[in-house]
Parts: sequence; structure tokens; C-alpha cells
Amino acid sequence: MVKEIERAGFPVVHICTVTPISMTVGANRIVPAIAIPHPLGNPGLEKADEKKLRRKLVETALHALTTEVEDQTIFEVK
Amino acid sequence: MKLQLGYIDIRDIKFDKNPRIENGVLYVDPDALIASVLQDELIKNAHLEIAKPGESVRITPVKDVIEPRVKVEGRGGVFPGMVAKVDTVGSGKTYVLRGMAVVTCGKICGFQEGIIDMSGPGADYTPFSKLNNLCLVIEPQEGVKQHEYEHACRMAGLNMAAAIAELARELTPDETKDFETLTVKEGMEKYPDLPRVAYVQMLQSQGLLHDTYVYGVDAKRTLPTLISPTETMDGAIVSGNCVSACDKNTTYHHENNPVVADLFEQHGKTLNFVGMIITNENVYLADKQRSSDHTAELAEYLSLDGAVISQEGFGNPDTDLIMNCVKIEDKGIKTVIITDEYAGQDGKSQSLADADPKANACVTGGNANMVIRLPKMDKVIGTLDYVNVIAGAHEGSLQPDGSIEAELQVITGATNELGFNKLSAR
Amino acid sequence: MTKFRVVHYINQFFGQIGGEEKADVPPEKRQGPVGPGLALSAAFKDEAEIVATIICGDSYFNENMDSATETIIKMVKEEKPDLFIAGPAFNAGRYGVAAGAIASAVKEQLNIPSFTGMYEENPGADMYKQNVYIIQTGNSAAKMRKAIPPMAALALKLLKGEPIGSAAQEGYIPTGVRKNLFEEKRGSARAVDMLLKKLAGEPFETEYPMPTFDRVAPQPAVKDLAHANIALVTSGGIVPKGNPDHIESSSASHYGEYSIAEFDDLTAADHETAHGGYDPVYANEDPDRVLPVDVLRDMEKEGIIGKLNEFFYTTVGNGTAVANAKKFAEEIAQKLKMQNVDAVILTST
Repeated sequence: MVKEIERAGFPVVHICTVTPISMTVGANRIVPAIAIPHPLGNPGLEKADEKKLRRKLVETALHALTTEVEDQTIFEVK
Repeated sequence: MKLQLGYIDIRDIKFDKNPRIENGVLYVDPDALIASVLQDELIKNAHLEIAKPGESVRITPVKDVIEPRVKVEGRGGVFPGMVAKVDTVGSGKTYVLRGMAVVTCGKICGFQEGIIDMSGPGADYTPFSKLNNLCLVIEPQEGVKQHEYEHACRMAGLNMAAAIAELARELTPDETKDFETLTVKEGMEKYPDLPRVAYVQMLQSQGLLHDTYVYGVDAKRTLPTLISPTETMDGAIVSGNCVSACDKNTTYHHENNPVVADLFEQHGKTLNFVGMIITNENVYLADKQRSSDHTAELAEYLSLDGAVISQEGFGNPDTDLIMNCVKIEDKGIKTVIITDEYAGQDGKSQSLADADPKANACVTGGNANMVIRLPKMDKVIGTLDYVNVIAGAHEGSLQPDGSIEAELQVITGATNELGFNKLSAR
Repeated sequence: MTKFRVVHYINQFFGQIGGEEKADVPPEKRQGPVGPGLALSAAFKDEAEIVATIICGDSYFNENMDSATETIIKMVKEEKPDLFIAGPAFNAGRYGVAAGAIASAVKEQLNIPSFTGMYEENPGADMYKQNVYIIQTGNSAAKMRKAIPPMAALALKLLKGEPIGSAAQEGYIPTGVRKNLFEEKRGSARAVDMLLKKLAGEPFETEYPMPTFDRVAPQPAVKDLAHANIALVTSGGIVPKGNPDHIESSSASHYGEYSIAEFDDLTAADHETAHGGYDPVYANEDPDRVLPVDVLRDMEKEGIIGKLNEFFYTTVGNGTAVANAKKFAEEIAQKLKMQNVDAVILTST
């Protein structure tokens, strides 16, 4: 999916837990997520903290979208 | 570690007030068995039905399939940590009720439950159509949480299988077989010229309704470990994944692991079956890294020449499979992987979510997306209410005439990745 | 016993009309076998016969593909054959393309079994191997003698309606189409056999050769985030409560397009997951954990992004064939274009 949308002309950032699959299938901008059942959340946290965590992930994703890449790149969440 | 399995062949099951096994016929008292199931207050109702090979019967939604076994000599009891107390099993003597199974079924827990047809084209794809099945149909109390209900079903099935197996304790088996795993040193001395081979079994551990238990421990909370293959024959590993139809291992599969059987078959002849490594398939990438690193480390530690690696499930576990394979190959150990495929209904798509050129020896259990038409059966054990929503089906799978059109995915055990079946693909 | 009727297609060279200088001859039909057809006929013994041979110049066919196909189809139809064979074309490029094209056309339009044969590197092999069986041959006509037996064997199997084995068994070029079959031995025994061969350094045949994946060049980065329209796409199966379009829990056959214009935050009351491959509890409790609408809405209000696109797109990755996913993505991309989307955040579980 990632590849086909990118092929159609959109920069795509893939937020996913299993980054090796994302690399294998050919996503170019990749942000590692938390876990498969909750990629952008952590049920162990308080609601407010969980939202902060999600915001960080989304900020990293937007950073990836505004960064030029030449090759497949994983953007770690800081 | 040395285990003798004594097989008691069960050719028929009948209801009778006097429970016993006589001349290959299992007599069970449904009232007594159901009374003990209903002791669990989460279960509102339950009843038993019998399904025999060749009958026009459809069982669905199937949760687990369990072979009754009883430990008659040696340490511990069958299903340690679940039914019996925690104690190391895998030695001594165990009796097996061969040719039958306890099948738990009834109202759905998750999306992942399957179909067993006792005759017709669907029967060719599931090994359980060849067994006399004692089906426990369970109905939960209103408002029970999914995971509590799953636990209740799992325990009801295991307890019933253990109770039935007790009937065999004093019998004489129809056949016996011996299995022995040597220590590392003994094996090296006894078979200095044979290649050292182990079995790496990946256990489904994706979370609620997709879990596996080892000695009662949830496999996702474990690190890869060594286990004697004979321990699996005593029910050390049980299914907690509600039996996703085609490629999740039922408890029956674990008890009768075909890789274990076929490696034992060659043990001392063409190879030295050193032992077994069990690992998991977790949802965190860090877990995948840690588990595959550790699995490769154990493989190296055993001084292996070769390993058979079996997967369970599909999708992100494809990555665990490839990681295990590549990391073990990188240690100079030759591997064969067993998986199944999701190549699309037309077979033209890529079969796995992940791939690597080092995975150059692959056995497949077939394409689970293949569409199959299952004709109407005269009798349904369980309910057809969920046929359209189980994995591999779609809205409209259940046709007005009672037949079902769905992917092979819906059939329990159809593309098993332990290599239980003859199905394959090219 | 009446013999099965076979029509054979060959080029001008094997039709003994001439070499390159005759490559522009139009299709013609002759009764009975010609050239390599004689060897095929002999290999059929008394079970089948070549009733007619169609000969066409390679250049003529490739330059007039549509009209030549139409003419040849008509010629084949007149003979009411039970089977059509083209070639073998060995490594002759235009002949291979012609043989693949005409064999495919006969199979599709006349609905009779049809196949060809050629060298695996012939460009026609890649173009048509998913459509018709292509028996693998050597790279030149000198290998004719070896090409005939597998072609004759496949012909007789197709004529009698017998099951066709794997590529390795029958000698055809792997079609790239996965087909289920029952083996003699169960999978675990096959795995042990394969491992023993691999350990002994003997040749072994994997049941699934690992694929190679193609790559797409990265698109340029978003220049002006504060004015960009960002769309959300997910393979995590987030859908409005009740899954109104019945997206399947596995092997999805379609995707969903839903408006989030009304939502600042997704909750258990309004959205859920249809995905059957992971524990659904967390996503059902708070769907933002898969589709971060809450955070993006905040950022839209703060002016960090221009806009969160009105619609999101959703499907289930679990067990969904790559071809389906590809089709969904192409359609979704079309819609994104019409909505003037600048960039996409795709979340997976």
C-alpha cells in the first residue's frame, strides 16, 4: 500500500511496529511505532501521557515528511 | 529424558451412565461431564455431541481440539501448569486415546475460529475429520469479557480431556512407542558422525486470543528456551488462541507435533535429534529482535549443524520467521523453514510479508487464500451464526442453500505450519 | 478410437518458407503437420494428430498483432481442435512473443487448452507465463529433440483432462501463480528430507522461492507543512462503530472511505477495529491508538499543519493479498489526488 501511494506521487510516512516488513516492502520514510495492537498508544500510561506520546510519534512522522530522503530511512522517535 | 507412549485406539464414542473404555469404544456420561463444566460460573450452558468420520456434520466455530492423555508412570501429570500441577513432564509412561479428540466449540470469542467438516470436500483439508470427536458446545453468561470466556473454554476442554483420559489408566495399550532425548554429551558420544539437528518451534503469542501457554506460562512473557521434545507429548504446550482456523496450532497439534515425530523417526539413523528450542512471536519489535537473537544463540550453543523452524500464524510473524532463519543461518547452521502462504485467491500475489534470500529451503502448507465451496451438511454442531465473520470468510459466505463459500483459512488446521498435512503449493 | 485434434502454430523459418527475408509473410494454413509438427505427431503415437499447421512470419505477427491474431483465431476455429500448440520458439524473441500471444488468445477466446514452449530468457516467457503453460526449452533449434517429449506429454495430459503437476514435474516455466496441491508426504517429513539434503550438500528444491521486491523512489519532502493537507490511511482496520461496509477481519476484499470532519477525537462510542489479526481490545478502547485523529486535529488548530483531510481510508492488512492491497492503494491515491492531499500518514498494526 505504502509503495503504491508513493508511486502515485505522494510522500508517505509509514508508522508501523514491524519496521523490517516496512523495509522489505519498500516504504521510504518509516517511523517505528509502539506495538502491533496499539501502534500510536500505550495502554499502560495515563490518558494525558499517552496522548503526549502519540503527539511525539506524529511529530516525528511530520518531520519525516518534511525531510528529503534518497533511500529508505527510519526516523527514530526522540 | 525417556518417554513411552501407550496408544489406546478409540474406534467409537457412546453416551452411557457407566463411563469406561471397552473394546475400543469410549463410553462417557454426558451429565457428569457437563456438571463439572458448569462449575465454572462464567459458563451458562453446555452440552456434548458426537461427530464421527464420514458423517454429514459441520462443527463450528471450533476453538480447540485436544487429545486425551494420562500420565501413568513418572513425574508430573498431563497439561502441567494448566490441569496438573507444575512439574517437569516428558519421562516415564503416558497413555494416549488415539483416534479421538475433545473439540470445544460454540459462541465466538474473537474472529479466529474455524470449521471442521466430517465429510465432503472440506474434510480433505482438516486432519480432525478423521477422528471421533466429542464436541463440547459452550454458551457463556451474558456480558462475560472475551478473555475470561476464552480462559473458561480453554480450561473446560483441557479438564474434560484429562477426566476422560483417566478411564484409560488401568488399560493395556494397543501399541507402545519409545522416545528418548540424550544429553548433549551423551548424544555427541553416541552419534559422533551424525549431523546435529534441532527443532525451533515458534509459538503464537500476539496477545489475547492469539496465545500459547508453556507449563501454564503465557509464551509472550518468556524468552526462548530449550525443552525436551518428549515434554510436548505430555501437553507441556497448549493452545490459547481459540484456534484461528487454518494455521494456528490446536493443543492436539502440540501433543502430536509432526516435526518432533519425524525428527525422532530419523534420530540415530540419518541425524542426531538434539532437542527443541521454543520461541515466541510477539507484537513489539524489541521482543522480535531479542527472541530471534536468543534463539540463534541457543542454536549455536547446542553446536547444531541444522534446524527445522516452524512458524505459527502469518503477517508480522513472517518477520520473526525470517529473523530466526537468517540469524541461525548466519551462525553457519543450515535451516529449513515451514510456513504457509497468503498469495491471494488467484495465487498471483506475494505469499509472505517478509523475505530473505537466505531462506532458500522452504516447505509450505499451501495458499490459505484459495477459495473453497463447502456443501450444506445435514447437521451443525455449534452454530452457523458467525460463519460470515470468521477469518477467511466475508459477508455472504454463508449461501442461502446452506453451503459456504470461503477461503481455506476458515478450515481448522488446513494449512498447518508444523507440516501436519500433505497440502502444499507451487 | 478417434484421435484428438491438434492445431499447431510455427513461424516462417520452421514452416520452411524462409529465414529473416521471409519474416513478413502473413498467416497461412496447411493441412497436417509441418516441420517440428512431424516430431510432435510421432510423439502423440495414436492418441492425437496435428490436423492443421498455421505458419506466420515473425515480423508480420509482431507488426500486425491485432489483425494477425484475429485471422489466426479464425483459422484455428475452423478446425474445431481439442488443443492448440505454438512453437517451440527457443530463444527467438519475436517468435516467442508471437507464440505466447497467440497461445494466450486461443485459450481465452476459444476456451480450449493451449500452450507453448520456449527458452526461459525469451522475452515472451515473462510476458505470457501467467497466461499459458510454457514448456522450458533450450536456447536454440538444436535442442528440438529434447523439447518434444515434455511438450507431447503436457499435450496429452491437457487433452485427457488429467491434473497438471508442478513446474518442475512437467517442465514448464514457473508461472508465478501459486497453486495448492497434495504431496505424497506430510510437510514435516518433507522438511526433514529437505534438511538432510541441504546438510549433505545435495541439490534440493524449495517449495517457495523467495521473491524479490521492487522499489519506488522517494517523493520530494513537503515544503510548507503549515499549508499542507495531510491524509490518514491505515491498514489497522479502524471503521465507524458497527463496521457499516462489512470490511472482512482477514483477506479484505475492499477498503473503506469515511469522513472525520465531525470528529476531534475517536472514541469507543463511535469507532472500532475490524482487524482480525491482533488483539482488538486496545484499538477498540481508543481508536486514536491506531488512527491519531486527536493529535492531528490539535496540530491543525495550532496551525502546525494546514489541514487534516476530511476523509480517511482504511482496510485490513491481515491476510490481504498484495494484489488487493495494491489495487486499494491505486484507487485511494486517485481519491487523494482529487482531494488535493499533499502527503500521507499511513499507520499499520
